[in-house]
Amino acid sequence: MGEVYVITSGKGGVGKTTTTANVGTYLSVLGKRVLLIDADIGLRNLDVVMGLENRIVFDIVDVVEGRCKPKQALIKDKRFDGLYLLPAAQSKDKTAVSPEQMKALCEQLKDDFDFILIDCPAGIEQGFKNAIAGAQKAIVVTTPEVSAVRDADRIIGLLEAYELHNPKLIINRIRFDMVKRGDMMDIDDILEILSIELLGIIPDDEKIIISTNKGEPVVMDEKSRAGQEYRNIARRILGENIPIVSEEESLGFLGRIKKFLGLNNS
Amino acid sequence: MFEFFNKFFNKQSSKDIAKERLKLVIIHDRANVSPELLELIKNEVLKAIQKYIVIDDKLLEIQITRTPSEQKGEFVPALIANIPIKSVKKTEILNNEADELK
Repeated sequence: MGEVYVITSGKGGVGKTTTTANVGTYLSVLGKRVLLIDADIGLRNLDVVMGLENRIVFDIVDVVEGRCKPKQALIKDKRFDGLYLLPAAQSKDKTAVSPEQMKALCEQLKDDFDFILIDCPAGIEQGFKNAIAGAQKAIVVTTPEVSAVRDADRIIGLLEAYELHNPKLIINRIRFDMVKRGDMMDIDDILEILSIELLGIIPDDEKIIISTNKGEPVVMDEKSRAGQEYRNIARRILGENIPIVSEEESLGFLGRIKKFLGLNNS
Repeated sequence: MFEFFNKFFNKQSSKDIAKERLKLVIIHDRANVSPELLELIKNEVLKAIQKYIVIDDKLLEIQITRTPSEQKGEFVPALIANIPIKSVKKTEILNNEADELK
């Protein structure tokens, strides 16, 4: 029986969809059966990030309104065994699905998958309530900015109110050069404020944009630092004990020399 | 190195400013206390205390902060008031003591 995760943040543009796509993809690479659900009805994007936008026939609203069976709406990702996407509707809005319908849908599909990852819309209204309704676990994504951390704190409070306890945190788009200058909050600063468990840190990486341009998840890019961290996060979800290290530590001695000489641009 | 220079010149880094601002705004978010409500509380407290003590109402400060709770690692919001005393109204205290003696 599968575990249902919701990936949420409060603030928009911090990397929920990218996180859902990459963590989900790598869980499937690790041999799990994974379903990605785009709960951002009206502003669907998980399909383009995954590069599956041309294969949509039915969407989540078609399923809840009974125009098709749940399994007919699932898009199988041909590149990765066991990876499926249930796209959001683009023409409807957030009210097209109710929390009860979402919960029933997750219940129905749970047995066929090891993991269901729900990509939550930004905000705290109906769309958020729908997205968390069927989930048992939550991952909160933030960036090291005051606006994103503040919204993350609000979301953590709301998750608690909806009985989704102990959410895990991903700090996205961290720039270690700025942290070193004292111009960006570091991991400890953010953890002190939010006081929840850390699941991973994703360094700011332009390869994210390049891979999104192509519709290929960055986890498949061996050289990408962000991809490496997404792979680590997927493994941590499976219970592997992989320490979370900041850039300086992870580079090692040779890496640090390379960086010093300006040879390491990845 | 930057850190060192910042400390040397006693300049607060922008991340420290961010952290301080965040902490304060989150305390208010969590407790759902608006500045207006805080102002109301302040005025009521002022009234009550002024019965017994002469205080400098211009310097009175009331704010919500975070304090460690009994449970380890947990922080809870706390109401902190900073009330500068000018003088104690002797007559009130004497009257009260007189009342108690009766």
